[in-house]
Amino acid sequence: MSKIKTLQLMAIMLTILLMWLAQNHLDDYSLRILTTIAIFIILATSYNLINGITGQLSLEPNGFVAVGAYVTALLLISSDAKLDMYQLAEPSPWLLLLNTTLVPALFFSGVVSAILAFILAFPVFRVRGDYLAIVTLGFGFIIRVFAVNTPAVTNGAIGLNDIPSSVNLYWAGAFAMATVLIMLNIIYSKYGRGMKAVRDDEDAASAMGVNTFKIKTYAFMTSAFFEGVGGGLLAVFLTTISPDIFTFFLTFQLIIIIVLGGLGSMTGTIIGAFLVIGGGEWLRVLDEEVNFLGLHIDAHPGMRMVVFSVILIVVMIFAREGIMGKRELTDLFRRVKK
Amino acid sequence: MILHVDKITMQFGGIKAINELSFSIKDKEIYGLIGPNGAGKTTAFNVITGNYIPSSGSIKFENKDVVGVKPHKIVKLGIARTFQNIRLFKSMSVMDNILIGFDSAMHYTYLESILRLPRFFSEEKKSRQKAKEIMEYFGLLEFEHHKASELSYGNQRKVEIARAIATNPKLLLLDEPAAGMNPAETKELATLIKKAKDDFDISILLIEHDMKFVNHLCDRVLVLDYGKMIFEGKPSEAIKNEEVVSAYLGDFIHD
Repeated sequence: MSKIKTLQLMAIMLTILLMWLAQNHLDDYSLRILTTIAIFIILATSYNLINGITGQLSLEPNGFVAVGAYVTALLLISSDAKLDMYQLAEPSPWLLLLNTTLVPALFFSGVVSAILAFILAFPVFRVRGDYLAIVTLGFGFIIRVFAVNTPAVTNGAIGLNDIPSSVNLYWAGAFAMATVLIMLNIIYSKYGRGMKAVRDDEDAASAMGVNTFKIKTYAFMTSAFFEGVGGGLLAVFLTTISPDIFTFFLTFQLIIIIVLGGLGSMTGTIIGAFLVIGGGEWLRVLDEEVNFLGLHIDAHPGMRMVVFSVILIVVMIFAREGIMGKRELTDLFRRVKK
Repeated sequence: MILHVDKITMQFGGIKAINELSFSIKDKEIYGLIGPNGAGKTTAFNVITGNYIPSSGSIKFENKDVVGVKPHKIVKLGIARTFQNIRLFKSMSVMDNILIGFDSAMHYTYLESILRLPRFFSEEKKSRQKAKEIMEYFGLLEFEHHKASELSYGNQRKVEIARAIATNPKLLLLDEPAAGMNPAETKELATLIKKAKDDFDISILLIEHDMKFVNHLCDRVLVLDYGKMIFEGKPSEAIKNEEVVSAYLGDFIHD
């Protein structure tokens, strides 16, 4: 136990040190990428809780991220700015009353998402497997349609802009670390064991006294809470949000992250976030024209996505369960000890 | 009388998988449920453990009606089971598999686990200690950190029984515990089950095809055929019973 604690503490210290180094030595562009990665670590680890740990193939995180982003944005934008911004319809009067600071706004984002997840749990967990995927996919679409078609609340397709920004790498990094720690605390408890048991064999789990519906709902709500918080951070980070950001592509990106890193591994998810989000940016060089030792290759926009896909395929061939499988960093150390 | 099944019928469409089945299990008894394939034995298990709700009839466990009670609540009342085809949590360690059995015995909330409050540690420690004792009893302690899927077939069977025992049952349902085992392993298992019955103070209901095993272990047996009871009594008499023999081997012998 204490060995794991030391390891956790070391990981936290190292992360803080690296963030400090990054903040002081890197340019704005790199910092923005790192902040995006931190936010995606929040989104992907919480998505992994329901998808990888509990084994419920759900496809709705874009919905919860959208809810979180809109709630935070609406809570942070001042009433004057709202009156200026809403062009398609008059903003609902109650919207103008909402105004808080960042931390409570993020908390509310999480709570609203979690409440939605609670309501959704009843129809969603009546079905299993493929059907679950379809039902949750529908939820993601509904949220987007709602965002486009209620201009009095969301300003419709135009979206919200001028969201007061205060998020830097430290903020995003701190939230990411807290999320990962909370996820690990859940996973290494009776609730986490219950979730894994549901994933491995749901009937056997209930035959051992695990209330599978309750466990799945806990996982779903926790996942939604942090997706909401992450969505709020994303809104503050981008300063502009519109329904277009929260398409299924967002869910798809998260799926790639957790599958690449390893379904059911938080360590893997963090690695996956760096590879997918960071890799997508760092491979940009491939889109430009290349002049190398007299060799000239024309610019091929989109080339990076080709290379990226090839990398993904190679990883999946050589590590079918993802980079980390179901293991965590601490498991690797345990194996060395033996 | 720990379990009292009264005229249960389980109907799937037009087929009656169990037809007006009645039996009772006494305290600390090992009761065998035997019969040819498709006779409705596993269906009877699923009805008792709450996986199926019987079309009619009543089931009383310690004088409480348990028809319609959800499976995870029936476990809390004191009925645990194993499965015909081993159903361990394959990706989890043997320790975690056993700990799942302690799920309802561990009292801490979700928030307490997130914040790692003192009760989390004390409850986890208590259950881990008990889990180790059970593992030691079944000779599984050396596999504590192994993944369940890495164990041999015989040991996986043992983990399944140990996991069921961990829920602290009064009645244990074993679905073909000796299936796929060689004669030596079967003998060892029979001894283990008999010993566990006394040490953990439980009654046992088991399904089995190996008649030697049943003969050695069971106090009484019930023979099912096409969902109906055709014999109840001592196992040694069951083998001599004409109806039982014809159910297993077919009528042609007498023609």
